[in-house]
Amino acid sequence: MSTKPVLQISNATFEVNGSQGESRTLWSNLSLEVQPHEFIAVIGSNGSGKTSLLKAILGQEPISSGTIKINAKPIHRGNGKVGYIPQHRVIDGATPLRARDLIRFGLDGQRFGFGLPSVLNRKKVDRVLASVDAEAFAKKTIGQLSGGELQRLRVGQAVIGEPDLILADEPLSALDLHQQKTIADLLDRERREHNAAVLFVTHDVNPILDYVDRVLYLANGKFKIGTPDEVLTSEVLTELYGTPVDVLRNQGRIVVVGTHEHDHHPDEEWN
Amino acid sequence: MGSIFNFSDYDQLIPLITNSLIAGGLLALVGGLIGIFVMNRDMSFAVHGISELSFAGAAFALLAGFNVVLGSVVGSILAALVIGVLGAKAKERNSIVAVLMPAGLGLGILALALYEGRAANKFGLLTGQIIAVDDPQLAGLATICLIVLVTLGVVWRPLSFASLDPEVAAARGVPTRALSIVFMLILGLAVAASVQVVGALLVLSLLVTPAAASLRVTSSQVLAPILSVSFALISVLGGILLALGAGLPISPYVTTISFLIYVICRVIERVKR
Repeated sequence: MSTKPVLQISNATFEVNGSQGESRTLWSNLSLEVQPHEFIAVIGSNGSGKTSLLKAILGQEPISSGTIKINAKPIHRGNGKVGYIPQHRVIDGATPLRARDLIRFGLDGQRFGFGLPSVLNRKKVDRVLASVDAEAFAKKTIGQLSGGELQRLRVGQAVIGEPDLILADEPLSALDLHQQKTIADLLDRERREHNAAVLFVTHDVNPILDYVDRVLYLANGKFKIGTPDEVLTSEVLTELYGTPVDVLRNQGRIVVVGTHEHDHHPDEEWN
Repeated sequence: MGSIFNFSDYDQLIPLITNSLIAGGLLALVGGLIGIFVMNRDMSFAVHGISELSFAGAAFALLAGFNVVLGSVVGSILAALVIGVLGAKAKERNSIVAVLMPAGLGLGILALALYEGRAANKFGLLTGQIIAVDDPQLAGLATICLIVLVTLGVVWRPLSFASLDPEVAAARGVPTRALSIVFMLILGLAVAASVQVVGALLVLSLLVTPAAASLRVTSSQVLAPILSVSFALISVLGGILLALGAGLPISPYVTTISFLIYVICRVIERVKR
Protein backbone atom coordinates (compact mmCIF):
# COMPACT_ATOMS: atom_id res chain seq x y z
CA MET A 1 0.00 0.00 0.00
CA SER A 2 1.50 3.28 -1.03
CA THR A 3 -1.04 5.68 0.47
CA LYS A 4 -0.23 7.55 3.66
CA PRO A 5 -1.54 5.83 6.77
CA VAL A 6 -4.21 7.67 8.76
CA LEU A 7 -3.14 6.08 11.98
CA GLN A 8 0.29 4.81 12.95
CA ILE A 9 0.80 3.04 16.23
CA SER A 10 4.41 2.02 16.87
CA ASN A 11 5.56 -0.17 19.73
CA ALA A 12 2.88 1.18 22.02
CA THR A 13 2.44 -0.17 25.54
CA PHE A 14 -0.50 0.60 27.76
CA GLU A 15 -0.36 0.11 31.52
CA VAL A 16 -3.04 0.65 34.12
CA ASN A 17 -2.32 1.31 37.78
CA GLY A 18 -3.99 -1.07 40.19
CA SER A 19 -5.29 -0.17 43.62
CA GLN A 20 -2.07 -1.28 45.35
CA GLY A 21 0.10 0.88 43.14
CA GLU A 22 1.21 -2.06 41.00
CA SER A 23 0.86 -1.61 37.28
CA ARG A 24 -0.68 -4.09 34.89
CA THR A 25 0.16 -4.15 31.21
CA LEU A 26 -2.94 -4.32 29.01
CA TRP A 27 -0.99 -4.62 25.79
CA SER A 28 2.60 -4.02 24.81
CA ASN A 29 4.65 -3.43 21.67
CA LEU A 30 1.50 -2.90 19.67
CA SER A 31 2.20 -1.69 16.16
CA LEU A 32 -0.53 -0.99 13.65
CA GLU A 33 -0.83 1.12 10.53
CA VAL A 34 -4.30 1.97 9.34
CA GLN A 35 -4.83 3.12 5.77
CA PRO A 36 -7.61 5.42 4.61
CA HIS A 37 -10.78 3.40 3.86
CA GLU A 38 -9.75 0.54 6.12
CA PHE A 39 -12.34 -0.98 8.43
CA ILE A 40 -10.65 -2.57 11.40
CA ALA A 41 -12.42 -4.57 14.05
CA VAL A 42 -10.87 -4.48 17.51
CA ILE A 43 -11.96 -7.62 19.32
CA GLY A 44 -11.10 -9.05 22.71
CA SER A 45 -12.48 -10.03 26.06
CA ASN A 46 -13.53 -7.54 28.72
CA GLY A 47 -10.52 -5.88 30.30
CA SER A 48 -8.24 -6.70 27.36
CA GLY A 49 -7.70 -2.99 26.70
CA LYS A 50 -9.95 -2.33 23.71
CA THR A 51 -11.46 0.86 25.12
CA SER A 52 -8.04 1.90 26.46
CA LEU A 53 -6.73 1.70 22.91
CA LEU A 54 -9.40 4.16 21.76
CA LYS A 55 -8.71 6.45 24.74
CA ALA A 56 -5.02 6.40 23.93
CA ILE A 57 -5.69 7.34 20.30
CA LEU A 58 -8.04 10.10 21.48
CA GLY A 59 -5.29 11.41 23.75
CA GLN A 60 -7.45 10.89 26.85
CA GLU A 61 -5.10 8.32 28.37
CA PRO A 62 -1.30 8.30 28.01
CA ILE A 63 0.56 5.28 26.70
CA SER A 64 3.61 4.30 28.76
CA SER A 65 5.87 3.83 25.75
CA GLY A 66 5.77 3.97 21.98
CA THR A 67 4.14 6.52 19.70
CA ILE A 68 0.75 7.11 18.12
CA LYS A 69 0.41 9.38 15.12
CA ILE A 70 -2.62 10.55 13.20
CA ASN A 71 -1.94 11.80 9.67
CA ALA A 72 1.77 11.59 10.52
CA LYS A 73 1.38 14.01 13.43
CA PRO A 74 1.57 13.12 17.13
CA ILE A 75 -1.84 12.74 18.70
CA HIS A 76 -3.42 15.49 20.75
CA ARG A 77 -6.76 15.83 22.49
CA GLY A 78 -9.57 17.25 20.43
CA ASN A 79 -8.23 16.34 17.00
CA GLY A 80 -10.90 17.51 14.56
CA LYS A 81 -9.93 14.73 12.15
CA VAL A 82 -11.13 12.05 14.56
CA GLY A 83 -14.80 11.15 14.95
CA TYR A 84 -16.05 9.19 17.94
CA ILE A 85 -19.08 6.95 18.37
CA PRO A 86 -19.83 5.83 21.93
CA GLN A 87 -21.70 2.82 23.20
CA HIS A 88 -25.45 3.17 23.34
CA ARG A 89 -26.63 4.34 26.74
CA VAL A 90 -30.12 4.98 27.94
CA ILE A 91 -30.60 8.73 28.09
CA ASP A 92 -32.78 10.42 30.67
CA GLY A 93 -36.05 11.31 28.95
CA ALA A 94 -35.86 14.85 30.31
CA THR A 95 -32.48 15.65 28.71
CA PRO A 96 -33.16 18.85 26.78
CA LEU A 97 -31.18 18.02 23.66
CA ARG A 98 -32.81 17.62 20.27
CA ALA A 99 -31.57 15.12 17.72
CA ARG A 100 -30.32 17.78 15.35
CA ASP A 101 -28.42 19.56 18.11
CA LEU A 102 -26.64 16.33 18.99
CA ILE A 103 -25.37 16.20 15.42
CA ARG A 104 -24.49 19.89 15.54
CA PHE A 105 -22.25 19.24 18.56
CA GLY A 106 -20.23 16.93 16.33
CA LEU A 107 -19.52 19.84 14.03
CA ASP A 108 -18.19 22.47 16.42
CA GLY A 109 -19.28 21.63 19.97
CA GLN A 110 -15.73 21.78 21.27
CA ARG A 111 -15.13 25.36 20.13
CA PHE A 112 -15.39 28.24 22.55
CA GLY A 113 -17.96 30.97 22.05
CA PHE A 114 -21.71 30.95 21.63
CA GLY A 115 -22.00 29.08 18.36
CA LEU A 116 -24.75 31.23 16.93
CA PRO A 117 -26.95 29.44 14.40
CA SER A 118 -25.81 29.93 10.81
CA VAL A 119 -27.39 28.98 7.50
CA LEU A 120 -24.27 27.10 6.42
CA ASN A 121 -24.19 24.95 9.55
CA ARG A 122 -27.92 24.34 9.42
CA LYS A 123 -27.57 23.03 5.87
CA LYS A 124 -24.71 20.76 6.92
CA VAL A 125 -26.78 19.36 9.78
CA ASP A 126 -29.76 18.90 7.42
CA ARG A 127 -27.59 16.97 4.96
CA VAL A 128 -26.27 14.68 7.66
CA LEU A 129 -29.75 14.18 9.14
CA ALA A 130 -30.90 13.05 5.72
CA SER A 131 -27.92 10.77 5.20
CA VAL A 132 -28.53 8.89 8.47
CA ASP A 133 -32.28 8.84 7.77
CA ALA A 134 -33.05 10.89 10.89
CA GLU A 135 -35.16 13.71 9.43
CA ALA A 136 -38.35 12.29 10.88
CA PHE A 137 -37.13 12.71 14.45
CA ALA A 138 -34.78 15.67 14.01
CA LYS A 139 -36.73 17.81 16.47
CA LYS A 140 -37.37 15.13 19.06
CA THR A 141 -35.25 15.10 22.20
CA ILE A 142 -32.70 12.31 22.34
CA GLY A 143 -34.32 10.76 25.42
CA GLN A 144 -37.41 9.96 23.32
CA LEU A 145 -35.52 7.98 20.68
CA SER A 146 -35.07 4.24 20.28
CA GLY A 147 -31.59 2.75 20.61
CA GLY A 148 -31.28 2.35 16.86
CA GLU A 149 -32.38 5.93 16.18
CA LEU A 150 -29.90 7.29 18.70
CA GLN A 151 -27.01 5.29 17.27
CA ARG A 152 -27.90 6.51 13.78
CA LEU A 153 -27.50 10.04 15.13
CA ARG A 154 -24.19 9.02 16.68
CA VAL A 155 -22.92 7.99 13.27
CA GLY A 156 -24.06 11.36 11.91
CA GLN A 157 -22.45 13.19 14.83
CA ALA A 158 -19.16 11.42 14.13
CA VAL A 159 -19.09 12.02 10.37
CA ILE A 160 -20.33 15.63 10.20
CA GLY A 161 -16.83 16.94 10.89
CA GLU A 162 -15.56 14.86 7.92
CA PRO A 163 -13.03 12.90 9.96
CA ASP A 164 -10.20 10.83 8.52
CA LEU A 165 -10.53 8.33 11.34
CA ILE A 166 -13.70 7.14 13.08
CA LEU A 167 -13.35 5.45 16.45
CA ALA A 168 -16.37 3.43 17.51
CA ASP A 169 -16.58 1.95 21.02
CA GLU A 170 -19.08 -0.94 20.92
CA PRO A 171 -21.68 1.14 19.06
CA LEU A 172 -23.90 -1.88 18.44
CA SER A 173 -24.25 -3.18 21.99
CA ALA A 174 -27.78 -3.15 23.38
CA LEU A 175 -29.24 -3.03 19.86
CA ASP A 176 -31.28 -5.81 18.30
CA LEU A 177 -29.93 -7.68 15.28
CA HIS A 178 -31.88 -5.64 12.76
CA GLN A 179 -30.69 -2.34 14.25
CA GLN A 180 -27.11 -3.66 14.42
CA LYS A 181 -27.27 -4.35 10.70
CA THR A 182 -28.67 -0.88 9.94
CA ILE A 183 -25.97 0.89 11.94
CA ALA A 184 -23.16 -1.23 10.52
CA ASP A 185 -24.39 -0.63 6.94
CA LEU A 186 -24.69 3.07 7.60
CA LEU A 187 -21.22 3.37 9.12
CA ASP A 188 -19.75 1.43 6.20
CA ARG A 189 -21.46 3.69 3.67
CA GLU A 190 -20.44 6.87 5.49
CA ARG A 191 -16.80 5.87 5.77
CA ARG A 192 -16.72 5.17 2.03
CA GLU A 193 -18.34 8.51 1.21
CA HIS A 194 -16.06 10.42 3.56
CA ASN A 195 -13.00 8.36 2.77
CA ALA A 196 -12.45 7.61 6.45
CA ALA A 197 -10.82 4.71 8.23
CA VAL A 198 -12.78 2.97 10.99
CA LEU A 199 -11.53 1.40 14.20
CA PHE A 200 -14.49 -0.53 15.51
CA VAL A 201 -14.35 -1.99 19.02
CA THR A 202 -16.73 -4.89 19.48
CA HIS A 203 -16.97 -8.24 21.15
CA ASP A 204 -19.10 -9.72 18.40
CA VAL A 205 -17.58 -9.51 14.94
CA ASN A 206 -20.61 -10.94 13.14
CA PRO A 207 -22.66 -7.78 12.51
CA ILE A 208 -19.66 -6.16 10.78
CA LEU A 209 -18.02 -9.23 9.26
CA ASP A 210 -18.95 -8.18 5.70
CA TYR A 211 -17.09 -4.88 6.01
CA VAL A 212 -14.05 -5.77 8.08
CA ASP A 213 -10.71 -5.58 6.30
CA ARG A 214 -8.57 -6.53 9.25
CA VAL A 215 -9.02 -7.69 12.81
CA LEU A 216 -6.98 -6.64 15.84
CA TYR A 217 -7.55 -9.31 18.46
CA LEU A 218 -6.48 -8.46 22.01
CA ALA A 219 -6.20 -11.12 24.74
CA ASN A 220 -4.00 -11.76 27.76
CA GLY A 221 -1.71 -8.83 27.05
CA LYS A 222 -1.03 -10.21 23.59
CA PHE A 223 -2.50 -9.34 20.24
CA LYS A 224 -2.84 -10.57 16.68
CA ILE A 225 -3.50 -8.51 13.58
CA GLY A 226 -4.66 -9.82 10.21
CA THR A 227 -7.65 -10.49 8.00
CA PRO A 228 -10.60 -12.19 9.70
CA ASP A 229 -9.64 -15.45 8.01
CA GLU A 230 -6.11 -15.21 9.33
CA VAL A 231 -6.96 -14.25 12.90
CA LEU A 232 -10.29 -15.86 13.67
CA THR A 233 -9.11 -19.44 13.65
CA SER A 234 -8.94 -22.03 16.40
CA GLU A 235 -5.11 -22.18 16.20
CA VAL A 236 -4.49 -18.43 16.49
CA LEU A 237 -6.96 -17.84 19.31
CA THR A 238 -5.80 -20.93 21.20
CA GLU A 239 -2.30 -19.51 21.08
CA LEU A 240 -3.51 -16.04 22.18
CA TYR A 241 -5.58 -17.27 25.08
CA GLY A 242 -3.25 -20.08 26.05
CA THR A 243 -6.24 -22.39 26.50
CA PRO A 244 -8.13 -24.41 23.89
CA VAL A 245 -10.45 -22.19 21.89
CA ASP A 246 -12.70 -23.33 19.07
CA VAL A 247 -13.76 -21.04 16.25
CA LEU A 248 -16.90 -22.32 14.56
CA ARG A 249 -18.21 -21.02 11.27
CA ASN A 250 -21.84 -21.49 10.48
CA GLN A 251 -23.81 -19.81 7.69
CA GLY A 252 -21.42 -16.89 7.49
CA ARG A 253 -21.39 -16.39 11.26
CA ILE A 254 -18.38 -16.87 13.46
CA VAL A 255 -18.75 -18.23 16.96
CA VAL A 256 -15.83 -18.37 19.36
CA VAL A 257 -16.14 -21.04 22.04
CA GLY A 258 -13.99 -21.56 25.10
CA THR A 259 -12.86 -18.03 26.00
CA HIS A 260 -15.04 -17.99 29.13
CA GLU A 261 -16.79 -15.02 27.61
CA HIS A 262 -20.38 -14.67 26.55
CA ASP A 263 -20.44 -15.98 23.02
CA HIS A 264 -23.47 -13.85 22.44
CA HIS A 265 -24.04 -10.37 23.56
CA PRO A 266 -25.58 -10.43 27.05
CA ASP A 267 -28.44 -8.22 25.90
CA GLU A 268 -29.25 -10.36 22.92
CA GLU A 269 -31.73 -12.54 24.73
CA TRP A 270 -33.79 -9.50 25.64
CA ASN A 271 -34.35 -8.46 22.06
CA MET B 1 -53.81 47.29 57.11
CA GLY B 2 -52.41 47.93 53.64
CA SER B 3 -53.41 45.92 50.62
CA ILE B 4 -51.02 43.70 48.70
CA PHE B 5 -51.69 45.66 45.54
CA ASN B 6 -51.68 49.44 45.74
CA PHE B 7 -50.79 51.74 42.87
CA SER B 8 -51.45 55.25 44.20
CA ASP B 9 -48.36 57.51 44.26
CA TYR B 10 -46.77 55.17 41.74
CA ASP B 11 -45.24 57.86 39.55
CA GLN B 12 -43.36 59.31 42.51
CA LEU B 13 -42.02 55.93 43.61
CA ILE B 14 -40.59 54.73 40.31
CA PRO B 15 -37.55 57.07 40.23
CA LEU B 16 -36.60 55.85 43.71
CA ILE B 17 -36.26 52.31 42.55
CA THR B 18 -34.31 52.77 39.31
CA ASN B 19 -31.29 51.08 40.88
CA SER B 20 -33.39 48.17 42.04
CA LEU B 21 -34.87 47.73 38.58
CA ILE B 22 -31.41 47.72 36.97
CA ALA B 23 -30.10 45.28 39.57
CA GLY B 24 -33.15 43.07 39.11
CA GLY B 25 -32.81 43.13 35.34
CA LEU B 26 -29.15 42.14 35.48
CA LEU B 27 -29.85 39.33 37.91
CA ALA B 28 -32.69 38.05 35.77
CA LEU B 29 -30.37 37.95 32.77
CA VAL B 30 -27.70 36.08 34.72
CA GLY B 31 -30.16 33.78 36.49
CA GLY B 32 -32.08 32.93 33.35
CA LEU B 33 -28.93 32.00 31.42
CA ILE B 34 -26.99 30.16 34.09
CA GLY B 35 -30.21 28.38 35.12
CA ILE B 36 -30.17 26.50 31.80
CA PHE B 37 -26.84 24.95 32.79
CA VAL B 38 -28.00 24.34 36.34
CA MET B 39 -30.82 22.26 34.83
CA ASN B 40 -28.63 20.56 32.21
CA ARG B 41 -26.09 19.59 34.85
CA ASP B 42 -28.72 18.55 37.40
CA MET B 43 -27.52 21.03 40.00
CA SER B 44 -30.71 22.58 41.39
CA PHE B 45 -30.10 21.27 44.87
CA ALA B 46 -26.47 22.39 44.76
CA VAL B 47 -27.65 25.93 44.06
CA HIS B 48 -29.62 25.86 47.30
CA GLY B 49 -26.58 24.59 49.20
CA ILE B 50 -24.35 27.29 47.76
CA SER B 51 -26.87 29.98 48.68
CA GLU B 52 -26.90 28.92 52.34
CA LEU B 53 -23.11 29.14 52.50
CA SER B 54 -23.31 32.46 50.73
CA PHE B 55 -25.71 33.59 53.46
CA ALA B 56 -23.26 32.44 56.13
CA GLY B 57 -20.46 34.39 54.47
CA ALA B 58 -22.61 37.51 54.26
CA ALA B 59 -23.75 37.16 57.86
CA PHE B 60 -20.18 36.91 59.12
CA ALA B 61 -19.15 39.89 57.03
CA LEU B 62 -22.04 41.84 58.55
CA LEU B 63 -20.96 40.82 62.05
CA ALA B 64 -17.30 41.62 61.42
CA GLY B 65 -18.09 44.89 59.69
CA PHE B 66 -16.72 43.80 56.31
CA ASN B 67 -18.33 44.26 52.93
CA VAL B 68 -21.41 42.04 52.92
CA VAL B 69 -21.27 41.33 49.19
CA LEU B 70 -17.66 40.25 49.50
CA GLY B 71 -18.52 37.94 52.41
CA SER B 72 -21.33 36.48 50.39
CA VAL B 73 -19.08 35.90 47.36
CA VAL B 74 -16.43 34.19 49.50
CA GLY B 75 -18.97 31.84 51.13
CA SER B 76 -20.56 31.08 47.81
CA ILE B 77 -17.37 30.31 45.93
CA LEU B 78 -16.01 28.13 48.72
CA ALA B 79 -19.21 26.11 48.73
CA ALA B 80 -19.30 25.90 44.95
CA LEU B 81 -15.72 24.63 44.79
CA VAL B 82 -16.24 22.05 47.52
CA ILE B 83 -19.36 20.78 45.77
CA GLY B 84 -17.64 20.86 42.39
CA VAL B 85 -14.49 19.02 43.49
CA LEU B 86 -16.01 16.45 45.86
CA GLY B 87 -19.33 15.94 44.15
CA ALA B 88 -18.54 15.03 40.58
CA LYS B 89 -21.29 12.40 40.61
CA ALA B 90 -24.89 13.40 41.22
CA LYS B 91 -25.37 11.05 44.17
CA GLU B 92 -22.28 12.18 46.06
CA ARG B 93 -23.13 15.76 45.23
CA ASN B 94 -26.55 15.57 46.81
CA SER B 95 -25.18 14.23 50.07
CA ILE B 96 -22.39 16.80 50.17
CA VAL B 97 -24.93 19.58 49.61
CA ALA B 98 -27.20 18.15 52.29
CA VAL B 99 -24.27 18.18 54.73
CA LEU B 100 -23.01 21.66 53.83
CA MET B 101 -26.40 23.35 53.81
CA PRO B 102 -27.41 23.12 57.47
CA ALA B 103 -23.80 23.79 58.50
CA GLY B 104 -23.85 27.04 56.56
CA LEU B 105 -27.29 28.05 57.69
CA GLY B 106 -26.39 27.36 61.33
CA LEU B 107 -23.23 29.44 61.15
CA GLY B 108 -25.13 32.23 59.45
CA ILE B 109 -27.79 32.25 62.15
CA LEU B 110 -25.07 32.33 64.82
CA ALA B 111 -23.46 35.35 63.17
CA LEU B 112 -26.80 37.13 62.91
CA ALA B 113 -27.62 36.38 66.57
CA LEU B 114 -24.35 37.99 67.60
CA TYR B 115 -24.89 41.00 65.33
CA GLU B 116 -26.29 44.04 67.10
CA GLY B 117 -26.99 46.36 64.16
CA ARG B 118 -30.19 46.98 62.25
CA ALA B 119 -32.55 44.03 62.27
CA ALA B 120 -33.62 44.72 58.68
CA ASN B 121 -30.09 43.86 57.51
CA LYS B 122 -30.39 40.42 59.06
CA PHE B 123 -33.75 39.57 57.63
CA GLY B 124 -32.75 40.90 54.23
CA LEU B 125 -30.02 38.31 53.76
CA LEU B 126 -32.54 35.52 54.01
CA THR B 127 -35.51 37.00 52.21
CA GLY B 128 -34.20 39.83 50.05
CA GLN B 129 -33.80 43.58 50.20
CA ILE B 130 -33.81 44.79 46.64
CA ILE B 131 -35.66 48.03 47.37
CA ALA B 132 -32.58 49.44 49.09
CA VAL B 133 -29.90 49.12 46.38
CA ASP B 134 -27.52 52.08 46.54
CA ASP B 135 -25.01 53.09 43.85
CA PRO B 136 -21.89 51.29 45.20
CA GLN B 137 -23.96 48.16 45.74
CA LEU B 138 -25.28 48.36 42.21
CA ALA B 139 -21.74 48.77 40.87
CA GLY B 140 -20.67 45.64 42.80
CA LEU B 141 -23.61 43.63 41.52
CA ALA B 142 -23.08 44.82 37.96
CA THR B 143 -19.41 43.79 38.10
CA ILE B 144 -20.28 40.31 39.32
CA CYS B 145 -22.98 39.94 36.68
CA LEU B 146 -20.63 41.11 33.96
CA ILE B 147 -17.98 38.57 34.95
CA VAL B 148 -20.58 35.80 34.87
CA LEU B 149 -22.05 36.89 31.54
CA VAL B 150 -18.70 37.26 29.76
CA THR B 151 -17.49 33.88 31.05
CA LEU B 152 -20.75 32.23 30.01
CA GLY B 153 -20.39 33.75 26.56
CA VAL B 154 -16.91 32.27 26.18
CA VAL B 155 -17.68 28.76 27.42
CA TRP B 156 -21.30 28.51 26.23
CA ARG B 157 -20.92 25.96 23.43
CA PRO B 158 -18.37 23.56 24.97
CA LEU B 159 -20.19 23.80 28.31
CA SER B 160 -23.47 22.82 26.62
CA PHE B 161 -21.70 19.94 24.89
CA ALA B 162 -20.05 18.81 28.14
CA SER B 163 -23.31 19.13 30.09
CA LEU B 164 -25.58 17.31 27.65
CA ASP B 165 -23.27 14.80 25.98
CA PRO B 166 -20.30 14.44 28.35
CA GLU B 167 -18.75 11.26 26.96
CA VAL B 168 -18.49 12.43 23.37
CA ALA B 169 -17.53 15.94 24.51
CA ALA B 170 -14.55 14.50 26.41
CA ALA B 171 -13.60 12.36 23.42
CA ARG B 172 -13.70 15.41 21.18
CA GLY B 173 -11.27 17.24 23.44
CA VAL B 174 -13.60 19.44 25.47
CA PRO B 175 -11.81 20.09 28.79
CA THR B 176 -14.77 18.82 30.79
CA ARG B 177 -13.07 18.91 34.19
CA ALA B 178 -11.77 22.46 33.83
CA LEU B 179 -15.12 23.59 32.49
CA SER B 180 -16.98 22.17 35.46
CA ILE B 181 -14.72 24.11 37.84
CA VAL B 182 -15.23 27.30 35.81
CA PHE B 183 -18.95 26.67 35.89
CA MET B 184 -18.96 26.22 39.68
CA LEU B 185 -17.06 29.50 40.08
CA ILE B 186 -19.50 31.53 38.00
CA LEU B 187 -22.42 29.72 39.63
CA GLY B 188 -21.00 30.79 42.99
CA LEU B 189 -20.81 34.40 41.78
CA ALA B 190 -24.34 34.31 40.38
CA VAL B 191 -25.69 32.91 43.64
CA ALA B 192 -23.84 35.53 45.71
CA ALA B 193 -25.31 38.30 43.56
CA SER B 194 -28.80 36.85 43.80
CA VAL B 195 -28.61 36.47 47.57
CA GLN B 196 -28.20 40.25 47.82
CA VAL B 197 -31.48 40.79 46.10
CA VAL B 198 -33.91 37.91 46.58
CA GLY B 199 -32.26 36.48 49.71
CA ALA B 200 -30.64 33.14 50.40
CA LEU B 201 -33.89 31.25 50.82
CA LEU B 202 -35.34 32.31 47.49
CA VAL B 203 -32.34 32.13 45.16
CA LEU B 204 -33.83 29.08 43.45
CA SER B 205 -36.73 31.16 42.15
CA LEU B 206 -34.23 33.11 40.05
CA LEU B 207 -31.59 30.52 39.19
CA VAL B 208 -33.77 27.47 38.68
CA THR B 209 -37.48 28.17 38.21
CA PRO B 210 -37.28 30.26 34.99
CA ALA B 211 -34.95 27.76 33.29
CA ALA B 212 -37.02 24.82 34.52
CA ALA B 213 -40.14 26.47 33.11
CA SER B 214 -38.58 27.18 29.72
CA LEU B 215 -37.27 23.62 29.39
CA ARG B 216 -40.83 22.33 29.89
CA VAL B 217 -41.88 23.99 26.64
CA THR B 218 -38.75 23.83 24.47
CA SER B 219 -35.55 21.87 24.05
CA SER B 220 -34.15 24.24 21.46
CA GLN B 221 -30.61 25.35 22.28
CA VAL B 222 -31.54 28.87 21.18
CA LEU B 223 -35.11 29.29 22.36
CA ALA B 224 -34.61 27.78 25.83
CA PRO B 225 -32.20 30.46 27.11
CA ILE B 226 -34.26 33.24 25.51
CA LEU B 227 -37.46 32.05 27.18
CA SER B 228 -35.67 31.45 30.46
CA VAL B 229 -34.30 35.00 30.55
CA SER B 230 -37.72 36.39 29.59
CA PHE B 231 -39.40 34.47 32.41
CA ALA B 232 -36.79 35.67 34.89
CA LEU B 233 -37.19 39.27 33.73
CA ILE B 234 -40.97 39.13 34.00
CA SER B 235 -40.71 37.64 37.50
CA VAL B 236 -38.13 40.04 38.89
CA LEU B 237 -39.25 43.30 37.29
CA GLY B 238 -42.92 42.42 37.74
CA GLY B 239 -42.23 41.49 41.35
CA ILE B 240 -40.45 44.75 42.10
CA LEU B 241 -43.17 46.87 40.50
CA LEU B 242 -45.99 45.04 42.27
CA ALA B 243 -44.23 45.07 45.63
CA LEU B 244 -43.53 48.77 45.36
CA GLY B 245 -47.15 49.80 45.65
CA ALA B 246 -47.81 47.66 48.66
CA GLY B 247 -44.60 48.41 50.53
CA LEU B 248 -44.15 44.69 51.21
CA PRO B 249 -40.96 42.65 50.56
CA ILE B 250 -40.48 41.92 46.88
CA SER B 251 -39.51 38.27 47.22
CA PRO B 252 -43.03 36.85 47.60
CA TYR B 253 -44.06 38.64 44.43
CA VAL B 254 -41.01 37.42 42.52
CA THR B 255 -41.37 33.83 43.68
CA THR B 256 -45.11 33.77 43.01
CA ILE B 257 -44.81 35.11 39.47
CA SER B 258 -41.98 32.75 38.67
CA PHE B 259 -43.91 29.82 40.15
CA LEU B 260 -47.04 30.72 38.14
CA ILE B 261 -44.99 30.86 34.93
CA TYR B 262 -43.67 27.41 35.73
CA VAL B 263 -47.18 26.06 36.27
CA ILE B 264 -48.38 27.60 33.00
CA CYS B 265 -45.44 26.05 31.15
CA ARG B 266 -46.28 22.64 32.57
CA VAL B 267 -49.87 23.06 31.40
CA ILE B 268 -48.69 24.10 27.93
CA GLU B 269 -46.40 21.07 27.81
CA ARG B 270 -49.31 18.80 28.74
CA VAL B 271 -51.62 20.35 26.13
CA LYS B 272 -48.98 20.06 23.38
CA ARG B 273 -48.71 16.29 23.82
